[in-house]
Formats: sequence, C-alpha cells, structure tokens
Amino acid sequence: MIEARDLVKYFNPGTPMEARALAGLDLALEAGEFVTVIGSNGAGKSTLLNVLTGDHRLDRGQIWIDGLDVTNWRAARRARLVARVFQDPMAGTCERLTIEENLALAESRGRRRGLGRAIDRSRREHFRERLAHLGLGLENRLADRMGLLSGGQRQAVSLLMATLRPCKILLLDEHTAALDPATAQLVMDLTEKIVEEQRLTTLMVTHSMRQALDHGGRTLMLHEGRIVFDVADDKRAGLDVPDLLGLFRRARGETLDDDTLLLT
Amino acid sequence: MSWPALLGAVELGLLFSLVGIGVYLSFRVLDFPDLTVDGSLPLGAAVSAAMIVAGHDPVTATVAAVGAGAVAGLVTALLNIRFQILHLLASILTMIALYSINLRIMGRPNVALLMEPTVFDPVAGLYGLPDMVVKPLFLAVVVGVVATLVVAFLTSEIGLAMRATGANPRMARAQGVDTRRTTYAGMALSNALVALAGSLFAQLNGFADVTIGVGTIVVGLAAVIVGEALIPSPRVVFAVIGCIAGSVVYRLAIAAALNADSLGLTSADLNLVTAVLVALALVFGNRRAALRNWLRRRRGLAAGPGGRR
Repeated sequence: MIEARDLVKYFNPGTPMEARALAGLDLALEAGEFVTVIGSNGAGKSTLLNVLTGDHRLDRGQIWIDGLDVTNWRAARRARLVARVFQDPMAGTCERLTIEENLALAESRGRRRGLGRAIDRSRREHFRERLAHLGLGLENRLADRMGLLSGGQRQAVSLLMATLRPCKILLLDEHTAALDPATAQLVMDLTEKIVEEQRLTTLMVTHSMRQALDHGGRTLMLHEGRIVFDVADDKRAGLDVPDLLGLFRRARGETLDDDTLLLT
Repeated sequence: MSWPALLGAVELGLLFSLVGIGVYLSFRVLDFPDLTVDGSLPLGAAVSAAMIVAGHDPVTATVAAVGAGAVAGLVTALLNIRFQILHLLASILTMIALYSINLRIMGRPNVALLMEPTVFDPVAGLYGLPDMVVKPLFLAVVVGVVATLVVAFLTSEIGLAMRATGANPRMARAQGVDTRRTTYAGMALSNALVALAGSLFAQLNGFADVTIGVGTIVVGLAAVIVGEALIPSPRVVFAVIGCIAGSVVYRLAIAAALNADSLGLTSADLNLVTAVLVALALVFGNRRAALRNWLRRRRGLAAGPGGRR
C-alpha cells in the first residue's frame, strides 16, 4: 500500500525560473491496484514518479510505502520497494553490459551485494527461463551486449528487470511512448501479463488516453501539480476517450474545484 | 634493440600496466576522468621509500603505499561527490596537493634506495638468472595476481554494480546501487593500484623522486587505448589483459623509436612521442566509428528505396 500526502516540489526555487511541479498532491494506492495517470506536459506526472522513486527530493509532504516512511530515503535505498521502467529504452538498461549482466544487476536489487560471482550457472538458468517467458527469443542471447537489441526488446528486458525481484510498487513512465505502435502493443501486453501474474501495485503514466482507459482499474488526471480527476470501476467503465478529453479540456481551461470535476 | 633494452622495456611495461588497470577502472569503468594518478604514483614511491629508509620492512612499506594511494582516490571522490566539484578539477586539486604532501613525506625532492632492502631482494639471483630477467618475471607474477583479482572483483556483484555506475548511473540507482559508494570504492582501488606501481617503481629503480608522476595519466591512458586496439572486446577479462598487453607494447614501441638512430629521438622526446601516440589512437578510435557509420549509410543507400537511410 502506498500513501503520499501533501506532496510539494519546486524547481529552481527562489529564482525567476521557479516552477511548482507538485502543489500539495495527495495519493493513496491499495495493494494490487493498477492505476493509470494522464495529464498534459508539465502537469507533474514525471515529477510524481521521480519523487516516488526518490530521484527528486520533496520540498514538503510525506510518502509511505508498505507502512514505511520513505520520505527521506534516497533512490538506491527505495529500490527494494520501488521498481521502475523508464520512458527511454536506453535509460533503463546498460548498453555496455550484456543481457545477463543487466539481469544480474536487477537480481541483486534489494539484497546485499557481495564479492561472489554476479552470474553463476543457476542464475543464468533462471534468467534464461524468465527471458523465454517474454517470447522474444532473447533467451539465446544472454551474452549479447544490450546495445545490440532494438528499442522494443530493450524495453521488454527493462520490464523484466523491474519485476525480477518482488516490489511494493511498479512505476511505468510512458514506457511504450518511444516505441512504434506494434512494439508498443507487444510491450503493453507483456506489462499486463506480468502485472497480473505477480499482482503488482502499478502506477502507469501515459500520454495516450486510450491506453489510460484500456488498462488498469483506475485513472488519475494531473493538472498543475494536483490530481483533478480520479475515477475508478463502474464510473470509469462508462468513459470513452472523448469524455476524458472533455474533462481534460475543462481541467485545463477552467479553474474548477476537485469536487465539481468529480461530480460531472 | 639489445636484450637489456628489450627486457627493460618489458619491465617498465609490466610495471605501468598496473597504472593502466588503475586508469581503466577510473576512466572506463567509472567514467571518471581522474588525474589524481599523477600524484598517487609518486605518493606510492614516496611513502615506501621514506618507510624503507626509516627501517621498515619493504613489504609493510609497499602495503602502506597502497593504502596511501587509496586515500588519495577517496579524497578526489569526496571532493566530487560530497562537494560537487567537477571530477576533472577535483582530481587536479588532489594531484596538486599531493605534490606538497610527497615532498613532506620524503623531506626532500629525492630519496635514494640503492643500499636499502626492497621487495625484489627475495627473488634476486633466483635459479641463477640475471636481475634483468628475474625482475620482469617477478613483476609479471605481481601483475598476474593483481589482474586476476581485479577481473574477479569486476565480475562480482559489487563489481557489476560499479560498472553499471559508470555506464548508466540513473539506472544503477533504480536497481538499488548506491552509486556514491561504488564511486568511492572504485576511485580508492584505482589509485591504490597506481600507488603500488609507484612503490614498485621506486624499489626497482632505487630512488623515489617527486617528479616521477608527470604524465602518469597519459601513460595509463596509452596502455588502455593500445590495449583496446589490440584486443577489442567489451568483456572485462579482455579489457584487463588489454591494459597489460597495451602497456608492454607501448613501452616496446617507445624503446624502438628511441633506439632507431635514424629518427634522431632522445629520451627527452618521450612525453611528446607519448602524447602524439595517444592523440593518434584517440583520433583513430573516433574515426573508426565515423567510418563504420559512413559505410553503413552507403550500404543502406545501395539497397535502394527499401533500404534504411
């Protein structure tokens, strides 16, 4: 279970460039929930993910993950609770390392790293199995450098790396946005499969309203660093892209109370 | 080239391959351009020379030199990580500071070790072989042990985390790697190896001098780059072997150039030759990538409308 209260984040505070990316955002996720997040550029989507992972430090507010107050934990420490897939396929993996080395790196997440060999026979077997599960034929390319893979393959491996070890929340940062439609679909199907199998609590940021409605069970809309729209279950099932677009426009064009929006 | 000149070149090559491995760790593994080595090489020489002259056991003196080198690396890492000073500048600050520190340690610019015990004593006259053969052999064993340990380390879980730190720090953190800690460890290890080379250099040549560090970074880079040209492989084990091979080949090339009377080069030209060699290797390396891309584009065009541009 994840709870975030009154999150505030400024960029360039005290300068003419000051920007408020998060403006007192509150968020609670139940265990096993799959939540999609939409919002225009600068709405605070990426900032929200970055404060959840610990990449950005908060100016105000608190974050609890699984009952632990992680507000002051740095990214590396939070990694045992928080898994993430980046938007850029290059960002989530190390192109200079081999596929199995990348996986070995992820396999040690949340564990104490020692001086033992990073890759031994049993681990290699385990990686082969997990890669085969992706259905991309990568299980025969364990010793290939990551840089040799296509964007879609790299993103699939990123997803596997994020979910190789148990986590309390999986954060997906527009992880299919940089891919061509067919590959994006493939990666999205894999995401659904893995999230379902492992019953992961998931927060997926997306630019696509279609994607936001098609996946998960709850959708949030961010605007100017706040959640302006939060819909789930039956109510959400009745929504289509034009409805969402209308809400999106209203959130952008008019200053409405959260309540007014929710009642529409 | 004469046998003594040849063996001398191999000896120096093996000695400086330790610098090469150290520079590989900072430049390539951590992606941290570190000029501290220009100070940590004479630091290693100064610490061991001062201690041996003061009557300490040569092995103890060598271990102390390695420790001092590690501390030098930690200082540079601290300046960079804790105080946000640009890595290059941080390392130059440490390097400059070490010049004074080395003078303090030795008490004077030069310490002679000619009649003092060294770590090479136990193997002197082994199997009745002359010194000029035994010393390179001894160094080969030392380098072999160090290289094996470094490769084992880099393929361990911690070593893998260190490699990820240099290759993609953001991803490393996302996988739970404390990139600050791995940077500290890598910088300490790198400079410890360079100080070991400095310590052995002093004991091999019978003196420690505050100026021996000038250009250490370039010599180390030369070993790394020549090694990569000789053995192009992303695998750690080949990269480390490449550092050793690169360092020896580089020394042999230098010796050959200096020995060739027709070129008219003297040992005073050494740094110029090294700089030109490294610059050429870097230019060649960049061009090779550009050439490959150009060829790929050509092939793409030749494939017709369906080809990839």
